[in-house]
Formats: sequence, C-alpha cells, structure tokens
Amino acid sequence: MTEDLTPLPPEASRPAAGGKRWLAVAALAAAGIAFLAITMGGIGKNLVYYWGPTQLRDAGDKAVGATIRLGGMVAPDSVVFGEGASGVEFDVTDYKATVHVRSKGVPPQMFREGIGVVVEGTMTRAGQFECHRLMVSHGNDYRAPEDPGHADVQRLMQSTEGLDPAEPARNQ
Amino acid sequence: MTALLGRSLILLALFLSSTGALVGIAAGFRSSPQGAVLARRMAYAFAATMIAANLLMVWALLARDFSVGYVAQVGSREVPNWVAVTSLWSSLEGSILFWGAVLGVYVAGATWFNRDRHPEYMPFAIGTWLACGAFFSFLLAGPAQPFLTVANPPTAGPGPNPLLQNHLLMVVHPPFLYLGYVGMTIPFGLASAALLRGRLGHDFLRPLRTWLMLPWVFLTVAIVLGGWWAYEVLGWGGYWAWDPVENASFLPWLTATAAIHSAILSERKGVLKGWTVTLVLASFLLTVLGTFMTRSGVFNSVHSFTQSAIGPTILVFLASATVWSVFLLALRIDRLAPEGRLEGVRSRDGMFLLNNLLFVLFTFTVLIGTVFPLVVEAVRGVQMSVGRPYFDRMAIPLGAALLFLMGVGPALPWGVANAAQLRKALLPPLAGAGVALVIALALGVRSPWTLLTLAFAGFTAQVTLRELWLPVRQRLGRGERLLPAIVGGELKQGRRRFGGYVVHAGVVVVVVAIAVSSTMGTSKELVLGVGESATVGRYSLTFLRVDQLREPHRTSLAARVAVRRGSEDIGTVSPRMNQYDSQREPIGSPAVRSFLFEDLYLSVMNLDAAGGRVGLHVFINPLVGWIWPATGVIALGGVLALLPSRRRAPVLRPTPAAAPVGLGGATESR
Repeated sequence: MTEDLTPLPPEASRPAAGGKRWLAVAALAAAGIAFLAITMGGIGKNLVYYWGPTQLRDAGDKAVGATIRLGGMVAPDSVVFGEGASGVEFDVTDYKATVHVRSKGVPPQMFREGIGVVVEGTMTRAGQFECHRLMVSHGNDYRAPEDPGHADVQRLMQSTEGLDPAEPARNQ
Repeated sequence: MTALLGRSLILLALFLSSTGALVGIAAGFRSSPQGAVLARRMAYAFAATMIAANLLMVWALLARDFSVGYVAQVGSREVPNWVAVTSLWSSLEGSILFWGAVLGVYVAGATWFNRDRHPEYMPFAIGTWLACGAFFSFLLAGPAQPFLTVANPPTAGPGPNPLLQNHLLMVVHPPFLYLGYVGMTIPFGLASAALLRGRLGHDFLRPLRTWLMLPWVFLTVAIVLGGWWAYEVLGWGGYWAWDPVENASFLPWLTATAAIHSAILSERKGVLKGWTVTLVLASFLLTVLGTFMTRSGVFNSVHSFTQSAIGPTILVFLASATVWSVFLLALRIDRLAPEGRLEGVRSRDGMFLLNNLLFVLFTFTVLIGTVFPLVVEAVRGVQMSVGRPYFDRMAIPLGAALLFLMGVGPALPWGVANAAQLRKALLPPLAGAGVALVIALALGVRSPWTLLTLAFAGFTAQVTLRELWLPVRQRLGRGERLLPAIVGGELKQGRRRFGGYVVHAGVVVVVVAIAVSSTMGTSKELVLGVGESATVGRYSLTFLRVDQLREPHRTSLAARVAVRRGSEDIGTVSPRMNQYDSQREPIGSPAVRSFLFEDLYLSVMNLDAAGGRVGLHVFINPLVGWIWPATGVIALGGVLALLPSRRRAPVLRPTPAAAPVGLGGATESR
C-alpha cells in the first residue's frame, strides 16, 4: 500500500462528517421516496380487481382497460364453442347482471354450463369481456349455491384464485 | 388413552417452555450459573417432550387409532404406511405439532453446541427460544389441538389430500420448509440475547452466522422444491407465480441472505452489528408473518389451508414478537458499538453495504406487493390482487443488480481500492461478460434485460471461478502438487470461503436459468383429433390415442402423444387427466420430457372420454431443468461453509492502516 492511500485519521475527518451525515440522510430519504413512488406506481398499474358481474356493470366505463378477475356462473344455454374447440364464448352471471365473455384459449376440462368460473381479462368499450385466462372454480368446499338466484362471488374467488387451469389446493 | 397421553405431553411442553423462558431470561439478567444450567435442562426437556408427542402421533397414525382427533381427520386404512407417516404434516394441527418437534430439535441442538460457550449470552437465547416454544405449545394446547379424544371413534378415516400422495416432492418440500422457517427462531434468539446483553462480541457473531446459515440452506432448498413440485404437478408450465404464500417463503429468505452477508462483514470488521441484528430479527418476524399468511386463510391462494381459528393467535404472536424486537432494538442498539471502521464504496465493504441495501429494497418490494391487497380490503373492503407484472418488473432489475454485485464485491479488495487496483479487479471479468453476451446473441436472445442479466452472469461467473481457484493457485505457486493443493486450500483451510463461492456459483446458474426460461420459452395451445399432428418449435407432436388407467385411488385418462424432433424419434409422452375417487373434479398431470437445454412440457387442458379429441397446452421451457441441480450445488456450498473447521482461523482484526489490500492478503486471512 502506498502512503497516499492511508485513510485520514478520524480526528481529521471529523469536521466533514457532520455535513456528510446530513447529506447521507437526505440522499437516503430521497432514495426512499423515489423507491416508494416507483413501487406504488408499479402496484397501481398492475392491480387486478376481483369483481362479480353486478360490480362490473356498476363500474361502467371505469372498468374498461383495467385487469379484472370476473367471477360468476356460466349462464345456461350461453356457451358457443369456436371452431376446432379452441376459443369459446359464454355469459357469466350472478343472476342479477350478466357479462358476455370471449375466450381464445382451450377451455379446461370441467368447463360447462352452470359451473362457477373465474375469468381474467379486460372489458372492451363494446361491453364485452376479453378473457385471457379461464379458470373453473375448484376447491372441494365450493358447492353450487342452493339458491340459484344468488351466486356467492366471494366464495367463488376464494376457491379459484391463484389456480391456473386445473390447479389443486396445495396442502402443506 | 393415546389422546390423553398426547394432551399431557403437550401440557408438559407448555409448562417446560414457559417456565424455562422465564428461568433463562432471569438467569441472564442475574448472571446466575445455576439458572443457566436449569434453563439448559428445561430446553432439553422441552425438546424431548415435543419429540415424544410427535412420535406418539406417528404411532397413532400408523396404528390407525381413530380415537385420536387428528388421526380421525387425516388417517386412513387404505393408504400405505409412508403416506400415514407424512400425513403428520398434511393438515393444520399435525403441522403445528411437527413444527414443535422441529423447534425442539433446533433448540436442543443450539443449546448443546453452545453448552460450554458464551455463558453471558446463552441464558437469554434459551429463554427467547423457549418463549417461542411456549407459544407453539399454547397453540397445540388450545386453538389447534391434535390430540382431541374422539368420543365415538370412526372405523375408518378419509386419508390425507390425495394430491399429497401424488408426487415425492410433496413429501420432502414441507419438512425442508419447516427446517428453514422454524430454524430462523435460533438466530432470532441469539440476536435477542445480544441485545439483552447489550453486547455483540466477535466470538458471538460466529454462532449467529452459523445458525443463520443452517436454516438459510433449508429454506433455499424448500423454496426451490416447492417450485419444482408446482412445475411437475400443477401443469401450468411454470414454477413461480408470485403467489402470496410463495412470497411468504421468499421474504425471510431475502432478509436472511442480507443478514448472512452483513454478519460476515460484522465478524470481519466489527461494524454494522446493529444492522445485522435488525436483519436477523426481521427474518424471524417475516417467518411469523408468513405463518400467519399461510395458516389464517387471509389469502385466497393455491396454498389455502383449511380456514382455522389460529389466525388471530398467530397475529398476536406476530405483534408481540414485533414489539419485543422494536423495543429491544430501541433500547440497546446504541450499545452494539462498532469496533472497526467501514471503508468507502470502492471496497468490498461498500459492495456488502450495497448488497444489503438492494436485498432490503427487494424485501420491501415483495412485502408491499403482497400485503397491499390485504390493506386495501381491510380499509376499503375491495377485493383485489397485485398482478405478476408488478413483481416481475421490480424483481428483474433488483435481481440483475444483485447478480452484478455478486461479481463486483468479491473482485474488490477489502480496503479502499485505488484506480489501478480497480482496473485490475474489474477489467478482466468483462471478458466473461463479453463471452456470455456473444453466446446469448448467437443463440437468439434479444430481450435487453435477459442480455444484461446474462452479461452480468458472465462477469460474476468469471470472478467466482477465479476466487474458487485462487487458493489452489497460491498453493501451486508455492510448489504444492495439485491434489494436496485442492484439499488443503479448499476443503481443509479455506472451507468456509470455498463454500461461500460454491453457493455463489450455484446462484449464478439459477439466475441464468430463471432469466432464460422466463423470456425465451414458447407455448402453444392445440386441439388435436386422433392421428392429427402439430408442430411446436422443433417438435412435431402426434396424438395417438387415449388410454384409461385404473389405480387404487384414482382413474387416469392418459393422452399418448408421439414426439419427433426433426427426424429424431423422441418417443411417446403421456400427459394425464386424473380423477381421484375422493374429489369431484379431475386434475391434470403434465408430462415433462427434459433435454439438456430445454424441457418439452405437455399439459392436458381437456380430454373427452371417448378419446376423440385432446386439448393440449404445450410449453418449451429452456434451462428450467438447470434450476434443480444448481440448487443442489447451493445446498452443497452451504453445507461446506457450515461444517466446523478443524483448525480455527486466527482472528484478524485489521486496523485501517494494516488492512490487507491485495486479493492474496484477503484470502489468506480467512
């Protein structure tokens, strides 16, 4: 090690330390605020809302463009398969409001009329739901509602969320 | 009878741990040797009681004793014995019981290994561990009782979730996770002891680092095993989804990784002790938060457990542990005075600091994204989640920066480097970065972040290999022969250092595999009739037929798909749709065919029983198969670093003027 590399003795560096410390605190605070801003911005842009058909209809134009997980029942007599069985259109209903859904992918095995589904996608201006992920309600605890006039969207989300096509409830 | 005995054992464990906690803390404050001995004995007794209670439960599960509540809940006469044993942790009550046994083993182990050392700290540490033990004993005695007596025992039980019998990985993943999670209690106790004592001497940093490293290794393996299981079983083609419960295991991993690095710096330079302790406390608190998130059902998740009443109890524990930590830190952190001095940014010290800063940012990023929906729901009653793009967008730059630091840090000397030293340290590895970049471009990588990550990986790989080779090179230079140089330089003397760099090497491979697999994969959805073919990438797939397979607990429809790659016949792969007798819905089971550089991954979307048509989701996942063995390398490195050295390296406390500057100096002193 050469002489000029030897750090200054602490006494000599002390006067500068006070100013440096404030500078460090200020820099840290600025960095913290910047980090929070980036984080919150990132979260705000990537929120996925969990809605039922009624809430989706109530939101109106606000829903257009946002990523939404729509939960509800596949309305009877609404399923139309696309050509070659990939791609399907159907209505999702909570028996109060109904949303028309268009999905491009291959529907999962259990998909049928009257079953609980959760679809993830966006609402178009035309009032149609473009779905890029179609999930069938899974968990063993979910039963079709006894009262057909009432679909428990929250329960449905709970038994489906995070589940990709046929993902089982992981138990540890 | 069994249930009664079990309940007595739990109550005994509760008594031993709660009394032992008080005895330990009191003995610490009074510096009483008799109290210390008593606390130690109670720690052993607590461990023995917990282990006995677990053995009793295993026995009841094997004997199919349905008069025990937990056995009536998960036991079955139909399942083989190994499933009966593993159902110990397949449901809530049993898993808490298992948690108690793991904690007991950890506490007894950490007590025993330090029985003749650190008398001024150990009573406090034992007291803290036993306080945690008391909480889990309380859970077992009240809210989550496994040993309930069943008044009218059924003659048969339902058996555990059939999916747990689906794959061997699900048998090993939970124990590793517990070993990682529960193990964080030990460094928490040691850090609390340091704060209670108001001192963290050089000698005590060593057990702190060791007992941090051990659960870290388990946690690392557990996280990857979970991902591997998801990949092999769930059929969506990936291994990580930023699911809240995955995040729950990742959060303490991040802080523990930071803490290990900070502890190394504290041990070496006597600085940043308060910071190290803070990270250790945070790691433990994050494991408790993770336990809350998995066990309370607040998150709707793949991992959702049976909704249970223990959520609020864990929340109380989390709150108490947080108050305890904050209180201790506020009271005592100023006493953990630095004994040395931190060098500037142009040194290895500076890189350690930056590493810590990035890890903490990473932790906050994931924590905020995970907890945000909970807060919003609590405040505004709106249900939502934070989508994957947020996590990806934040994690990629942070991960890439950490990868780069992993190369820059070890390349720099401990003391402040001058310009010439900087050039000497940082210019040669640019060759590695360049080579990696050229290879990546030649292979068609175009995503800028992937290219950047791969260039950093090349840089870090070169530094890591150089550091791995350094001791051998030095010995060869002194005229030693190759084999003795390797054994002496890597395994005998510098084992800790060597282990550390082996971990780094494994991490480089894992990060490369993650970067490539998440950006370079392809996937396609297909619908094929019998005899029809389709091509995905270089593969041509032909749907041959559907076979129905009957097994004792399930019926499977297997789609037979013939695969060719170019003109090469790969054979038949069989993704399935399984119908378990105990479940209403069928569950797909993917087929994964691994090649050296990529996996062909087929998942059945739907399959009609007549067998006429199959809906397939086909993925080509590059480098995913490298993650699993590379994690083995990480674990190996961790074990190497953990093994006690036969000869303790002399304690080196460099004064600023005498700080070793060259790389050789830094190596020799470890």
